[in-house]
Amino acid sequence: MELINQHTKRIMEGCKERARAAGLSFTDESLEYVVTNRDLLELSPKVMIPTLYDYWVHDVEVLREKGKYELYPHNPYETVINTRPPISFYNDNNPDWLNVMIFYHVLAHIDFFQNNLYFRHTWDYDFTGQALSDKRVIAKLRAEKGRWVDYVIEFARGIDNLVDFHGDLVDIFTPPEAECSSRLDYYFDRFLQVEKKVSVSDYIKEINRYNDCLKAFGEQGEKNFFAEAELRYPELEAHFARSGESQPARKRDLLRYLLDHSEFLARDENVWMRSILEIVRKTSLFFQPQIRTKIMNEGWASYWHERLFLLDDRIKGHEVDFARVHAGVTSMPRVGMNPYALGMRLFNHIEEMADKGRLSFAFQRLLDADQRKRFDSGAATGHDFIFTVRENLCDYLFLKDYLDQAFMERHKLFVAGKRLDRQRMVWQYYVKSRKAEDYQQMMLNSLYHPPVISVDQSKGIEGSLYLMHTFEGKQLVREYVANTLLGIEYLWGGPVYLETSEAEMVAAASSPAKQDETREEEIIWQRVLYSMNEKVLSKKKL
Amino acid sequence: MRNDLLTYLEELKKRGLTSDREERMRAELATEPDGHGLPPDNPTQDGEVGRFSRSIYADGDLLILRQAVAPGLSSAALAKSLDELLERDRQREQDGFPRKIQVGKLVKPGRGRTGKVVVVPTTVEEKLFHDPTLRPSGEGGASGGTGDGAEGEVIGEQPVREEGQEPGSGPGQGEGENHELESSAYDLGKSLAEKFQLPNLKDKGKKRSFTRYTYDLTDKNRGFGQVLDKKATLRKIVETNIALGNLPDVADIDPTRFLIAPHDKVYRVLSREKDYEPQAMLFFLRDYSGSMAGKVTDLIVSQHVLIYSWLLYQYGGQAETRFILHDTEAKEVPDFYTYYNSRVAGGTQVSSAYQLVNEIVSRENLAKDYNIYVFHGTDGDDWDEGGEKAIPELGKMLGYASRVGVTIATRGQDGTTTVSRYLNGSGFLRDKAELIRLDVIQEDADEPRLIEGIRKLIS
Repeated sequence: MELINQHTKRIMEGCKERARAAGLSFTDESLEYVVTNRDLLELSPKVMIPTLYDYWVHDVEVLREKGKYELYPHNPYETVINTRPPISFYNDNNPDWLNVMIFYHVLAHIDFFQNNLYFRHTWDYDFTGQALSDKRVIAKLRAEKGRWVDYVIEFARGIDNLVDFHGDLVDIFTPPEAECSSRLDYYFDRFLQVEKKVSVSDYIKEINRYNDCLKAFGEQGEKNFFAEAELRYPELEAHFARSGESQPARKRDLLRYLLDHSEFLARDENVWMRSILEIVRKTSLFFQPQIRTKIMNEGWASYWHERLFLLDDRIKGHEVDFARVHAGVTSMPRVGMNPYALGMRLFNHIEEMADKGRLSFAFQRLLDADQRKRFDSGAATGHDFIFTVRENLCDYLFLKDYLDQAFMERHKLFVAGKRLDRQRMVWQYYVKSRKAEDYQQMMLNSLYHPPVISVDQSKGIEGSLYLMHTFEGKQLVREYVANTLLGIEYLWGGPVYLETSEAEMVAAASSPAKQDETREEEIIWQRVLYSMNEKVLSKKKL
Repeated sequence: MRNDLLTYLEELKKRGLTSDREERMRAELATEPDGHGLPPDNPTQDGEVGRFSRSIYADGDLLILRQAVAPGLSSAALAKSLDELLERDRQREQDGFPRKIQVGKLVKPGRGRTGKVVVVPTTVEEKLFHDPTLRPSGEGGASGGTGDGAEGEVIGEQPVREEGQEPGSGPGQGEGENHELESSAYDLGKSLAEKFQLPNLKDKGKKRSFTRYTYDLTDKNRGFGQVLDKKATLRKIVETNIALGNLPDVADIDPTRFLIAPHDKVYRVLSREKDYEPQAMLFFLRDYSGSMAGKVTDLIVSQHVLIYSWLLYQYGGQAETRFILHDTEAKEVPDFYTYYNSRVAGGTQVSSAYQLVNEIVSRENLAKDYNIYVFHGTDGDDWDEGGEKAIPELGKMLGYASRVGVTIATRGQDGTTTVSRYLNGSGFLRDKAELIRLDVIQEDADEPRLIEGIRKLIS
């Protein structure tokens, strides 16, 4: 890999000036590399991070048919990576005007990485540097432990989608003054309300008493407060201990949980495995915000490359070339989804709505279609507003909050359905719905969403790990359960249970001999318990 | 042809037929007019509905903005890793974890390139995640769309593929994934033999051994040997003298001034050379009647590729193949591509294929020079209920063949099919177990099961 030449770099620096003037903000330095196809072959299995640790699966063609994007929550052909300085990759033979367009696109991505709050945890360090040191750790371990390093990587990667990304965000954004002890949380949130069911006035009295204690005794306030509370409720301490909240654990973060609580990993001879789990977890967390902002990020970058390119005085004469490429990137397909096109249109839509003051109660309560059409408060706050959107939202909220019926109609969007015509044996594609809520639901369903699997140690037997899958209308991929649990069992060092729901297709009566007969099937959900003990998987219905 | 078959069917009916069987036969017959065409070379693009199930995460800047093509891995990269991968996989099993590499996942071979199959060693990184494919049958999910059309209006159609799945999932359809790796069948055979420890062939004794050695003065040796290689020696001497600075002017060389080191003398030594000759003749017979639609054909063809690859390896690349397809009539096809991809249609007459093999063998006098292997794949259905025609032909075949392997892929029945019934009835399986083997697999068999089947057919 080589850096781009000085001429092209100068163009990039020109783009930076113009992008800054338009309001984007990003760090001064950036690295641009020219990559060949050969480089790409090496880079793409490592998610374009040149320094990512080596792992044999990177060298194999991985079968990625079913649930490809659920398994690999990042695109292997991304141009920009979120490092410090940010790195981006280019062809060596792009014409200057095309580079200008791509540079604006890249700069908008960098702006997004560095300002969207879902990326907050990636701001304070350089991931390529981190990855390099991790790679060395793994190489060193491999020299000592041989193939067992790869087994541990494999098992850890098997659960690297079960990390509590949002939980980590909460930790980052909760101000220290909002923190209070788990005992206090338990006392006010559960003990008084759920267990003692005290009246509202008594509850408020307790709060006042707590505030008085703080005022009177300062640091010692909480201690004094509880001294008195225990006189009234002698059982408080016992209840608190039993509730398990005395040791707050990240129950939705299986990797973290294993790191903190696995006795197997705590043994002297196995402690080295922890560093691998840490590395896998960190890598996964690094990529989490990227997949959760795909539509926004691409939309934001497309919005800006269009806008800034057309304002750029250096590329006069290439408007038509640009229009062709730009249309290829951002046209809405007749059927299918295009994150670039959708995101860009939605940002335009939001900007216009804000400019006309329509993101307001005054507009929302209007029912008259004609009045709605003509509504314009002249607020002209669109520019600032889309910056707020890019700072605070992820794809889910972006679609949920702003994809409305007006947007649907303006761009003639619809939900496309696919159904089987049994007479003619063809798949039919049809317009299923033109309602905003249906479209929204369809989009939200297609977003990355790993299963919610939490640790529930109140169940299972002594020494086992009990995992609870929260049912959200979808089952887990069954073929993968066995090997994943096998890996968890290895890392936990004891039996592992997984409680989940599975679908049973119940066929309405039909004879199996006739293949072509219409078979009506319906899904019945059944709660099942998988157990993995000594590498043997068994399943029973609950 | 159709009328002939109808007459034949009537005839069979007179001799007594269960209504169930008759119905099956009529269903098969109904597919007759479809013919056994090959799929078009370039499957038509799905047009504007092609993006229907494309994920929003499928597009990346590099490919979209640069409009580049995703690079595929080269076979060179694979060749290095294949052995390592298999070794690693074996080690996994010893360490007590299930194997992870699948070799022999087949994507369809190209036209006319016999002896080449496309092999993708693959693996899966298992995780717990939601299954996106689960929905009631007849529903195809939802996607986004733009443009005109009222709710409920049909905007596009796409024929249901035989397998009902994506391209590249089986014979007779689709293009391979662009990630595919090319490797010769020989490599696949090698890895099969190594990975699954398939047995090596026993020398049949009555045939000639399939490698022989000749002795020839081919190897070179410095310092001593049988015959001095003058040209090579002189070259060495010149080299040495240039190195010593003993050759000041190339235009004026005085050989008498050469210094000659003993090590410069290059000799030819007598050495043993392998000399191959074609020794195995493999007949692959495939039932492509109408009842073979779907998964069963896929299974049969996959197994045949595995067998072919493995035998090719066993015979050091010197196995010749003949491909025969049959419905009620048998025909020989020129290459594996046609064999692999021909569409299923029509009725079933197993004896026709056996007869054709016998004809070819006697006409070309193959029995004398070759180890002959015959592999036949079918779903076990035969209009020739008692095997009156098939059994005598089979008997003739057993007279010269080294091994006849019959694979029956059944559709969830109890495993008794017409073919298995008359094979069992004939007593061949018992009396000539050295020569004929039968393997019955279920429709949902996976790759390891197929390989297990090969062991059964060949060992």
